[in-house]
Amino acid sequence: MAGTRVSIFVTCIVDQVFPQVGMAMTEVLERLGYTVDFPEGQTCCGQPAFNSGYREEARTVARHFLRVFADSEYIIVPAGSCCAMVSHHFADLFEEASPERRQLEALDGRVFEFSRFLAEVAHAQDVGAQFEGVVTYHDSCHALRELHIHSAPRMLLSHVRGLTLREMGAAQECCGFGGTFSIKFPEVSGGMARTKIDSIVETGAKTVVSIDSSCLMQLQGAISRAGLPIRTMHLAEVLASR
Amino acid sequence: MSREAILSSVRAALSRKSGQAVPPPPEWAVTAGDMPVAARIELFTARLEALNGKVRRAPSPQDAGAVVAEILGGKSAIASPAPYLETCGVRGMGGVIWGAADPEQWREACATVDFGVTSASYALADTGSLVTIAGPSETRLASLLPPVHVAVIPAEAILTGLDELFLKVPKPAEIASSMVLITGPSRTADIEQILVRGVHGPGEIYVVIVGE
Amino acid sequence: MNKNEIVSTVSNAPLQLAIYTATGRLINKRKTATDSSVLPQYQDLRTAANALKRHTMDHLDHYLEQFEAQVAAHGGKVIYCQTGEAVADFVLKLAKERGAGLLVKSKSMTTEEVDLNERLEHHHLEAVETDLGEYILQLAHQRPYHIVAPALHMTRYDVADVFSKSLAVERETEPEKQTKIARSVLRQKFLDAGIGITGANFLVADSGAVVVVENEGNARLSSSAPRIHIAIAGIEKIIPRAADLAVFLKLLGRSATGQPLTVYTSFLSGPRREGEVDGPDEFFVVLLDNGRTKLLADAEKRESLYCIRCGACLNHCPVYRKIGGHNYPWVYSGPIGAIITPQFHGVQNDPALPFASSLCGACAEVCPVKIDIPKILLALRSEVIQTSGSKTRVERLAFRGFAWVMVHPKIFAWLGALGARFSPRPAGGAWIRKLPRLLAAPPLAKWLSQRDLPPPAEKSFRQLWKERKKS
Repeated sequence: MAGTRVSIFVTCIVDQVFPQVGMAMTEVLERLGYTVDFPEGQTCCGQPAFNSGYREEARTVARHFLRVFADSEYIIVPAGSCCAMVSHHFADLFEEASPERRQLEALDGRVFEFSRFLAEVAHAQDVGAQFEGVVTYHDSCHALRELHIHSAPRMLLSHVRGLTLREMGAAQECCGFGGTFSIKFPEVSGGMARTKIDSIVETGAKTVVSIDSSCLMQLQGAISRAGLPIRTMHLAEVLASR
Repeated sequence: MSREAILSSVRAALSRKSGQAVPPPPEWAVTAGDMPVAARIELFTARLEALNGKVRRAPSPQDAGAVVAEILGGKSAIASPAPYLETCGVRGMGGVIWGAADPEQWREACATVDFGVTSASYALADTGSLVTIAGPSETRLASLLPPVHVAVIPAEAILTGLDELFLKVPKPAEIASSMVLITGPSRTADIEQILVRGVHGPGEIYVVIVGE
Repeated sequence: MNKNEIVSTVSNAPLQLAIYTATGRLINKRKTATDSSVLPQYQDLRTAANALKRHTMDHLDHYLEQFEAQVAAHGGKVIYCQTGEAVADFVLKLAKERGAGLLVKSKSMTTEEVDLNERLEHHHLEAVETDLGEYILQLAHQRPYHIVAPALHMTRYDVADVFSKSLAVERETEPEKQTKIARSVLRQKFLDAGIGITGANFLVADSGAVVVVENEGNARLSSSAPRIHIAIAGIEKIIPRAADLAVFLKLLGRSATGQPLTVYTSFLSGPRREGEVDGPDEFFVVLLDNGRTKLLADAEKRESLYCIRCGACLNHCPVYRKIGGHNYPWVYSGPIGAIITPQFHGVQNDPALPFASSLCGACAEVCPVKIDIPKILLALRSEVIQTSGSKTRVERLAFRGFAWVMVHPKIFAWLGALGARFSPRPAGGAWIRKLPRLLAAPPLAKWLSQRDLPPPAEKSFRQLWKERKKS
């Protein structure tokens, strides 16, 4: 395991808006002895186009992804949504007999969401993190319902020194982001975020943790607008804390 | 004609030819486990009582008649012409109308009495349901129009649940024009999700289990 | 979808509370009823239900013919109708021939779909809804808010207003008493009606039974009190055998209202038979197409027809819970409405509809027949874009630009750096609350209408990575 080379796909949003999440993920992986590789040609998984109905454009971006990561042994993604795009929806973009489907098959079993990689490949529990305070966990929809990730992030949080995990009632309810949905139906999307935040507030936690930066952008945006003393953190950031 | 138009659109949609063979439908695991009669009674009772239904026990058909008389309390009732009810002595009981000459008269009678007394072909333990099958001895309206429904069943009629029912009655349509599963009193929650019993059907249901 | 109406629903606090409370109760009831401690075979049942529906839809012609023959064998008659108009014509002609002026109806989404009541009223026939919720809505001249709980949005005070206005009774706000009022008015209608109309939850092919599930008893009354019973159903309601109901019935009530079985499950097949004491003299089953065969032809989205109308996807949909039932363009609301409406009416009829979803997948998770609703929404979105012509010109251009940038990593990085340099950067790491008008492009303005916006990072991950490698 030690020295195994892993490629990270940091996603466009982490790259441009939340680079500290990518750095934190790198730190945790290196702490566990992995050699982290960042293929510099990477950009985006194409999900914005796919979810908006622009399949040709999504295909273009997907092909680029497949080229950039063709040689990676493991691809680790700090986002359930982008990970599911690659592992679940890329196949919907290409014909059964296409060369892209062969490339995709070659990726089978090598694309991991970050917490799942730690739990199922690295078999990590305690990654040496320390974080003082009460946190609550937001299940991002695609991680939960497409990748079936539920226990891995909770297990990892439970091994962080000083951290108390307090579940919220609406842990599995959508934050309302939904990509372009957030701007096509802003009032509905905003209302969903506020409903979610009500549930977060009830726990008394001052930190909301998730494994998707896009959910956290939606939640932090609404929390900030409401002026609440709550911050959002990506799981990687919590696990990198000492 | 619409029939041909629809069927041919269906076939076109499915790329099928008229009369083309069909593989057997998929099978699934039937869950009709063994359960002693006493356990069936216990489960049935728990389920029906959870729905606000009332269960009475009678060791013999004769005792069942007395239980029914006590429930009716001398008020007006109509009874399905079921041989089992006759065995229990419901026929001839004071205030009980037994059968009717024609459907119209039967309907009028059902709409005016206080109680409807029936038997049932089966009962389902795991849902607390009665299974009534229309015929010369059982009717559609006696369990429906009166405000209170009283059913008298032998303990052996209680099956474990739906799976066992369909093993016994794989084609209900071949037996009668109507088979109804009755699971507790009529109810609604259409106004503010608040439970109200006795909307169109009986608001109260009694099941008298005979035997065991 | 009307954006103004949506905003008005979302900002109506009492209505929001009504929807949220009612759907919340239904969510909890379903959760308890499908828990593995009480129904260990729940997931296996879903798989079986999906397989049964798939099999039936893939061989629908066979099962329709089998059903028809079985109904005829038991003295009933099957009428095929291609449109809602044909359904109304059939009912009108029959009512005229039999001299029936009053019809009682039990809840049926299929008859809502074809506006049967309006069509009959137009010809001076009285068609009375007898399900309590539907009756309230008929008096209030509204369409159902929810597939299972039609008057979910109304409070008891709304009902009091409707009853006192339409029935000339004293204002009564207790649901128990309101129910009694409805019972006594409707009881007389049942006894006076010449024709009873019901929907059908299932049509059993191998023995010709119409299966109706309900809690109130109005479907039993509609099918048993009048001289004539007409069941109206979509052609997709067929299942092969009665025994298959052991699968579907275990799922339907639990998914809808958390009931292991609804109060009444009726198997109706043909008119009153020799020796039977009561029941109708005549029995008809109307099989409606109304666009279903068009949907059937689409193998990718055919599974939309598997729906058994339990309403669980509505209850669990965070969008339905915000916008309610009346903001959907047709009688079918929520996630199932969002996938079947465009397929019945064409995707361009209301192109916003498939986009009114965060694709959270809660609907598919609870669907008892495992319809992959998010996947169908995605397919519909793609169809909307493909057929939108010039309407999406700007957006299309934007996504072409997006794709081009994303396959040119250097330009992506350069554009990011440009954005980072010119973005406003509130003090203390705070997020952006407002943008100067020049920078507030419509998507950003819409984001900011609800939430603050993070400024781009001063240094992107790729920049940080490069610096790290150097050191």
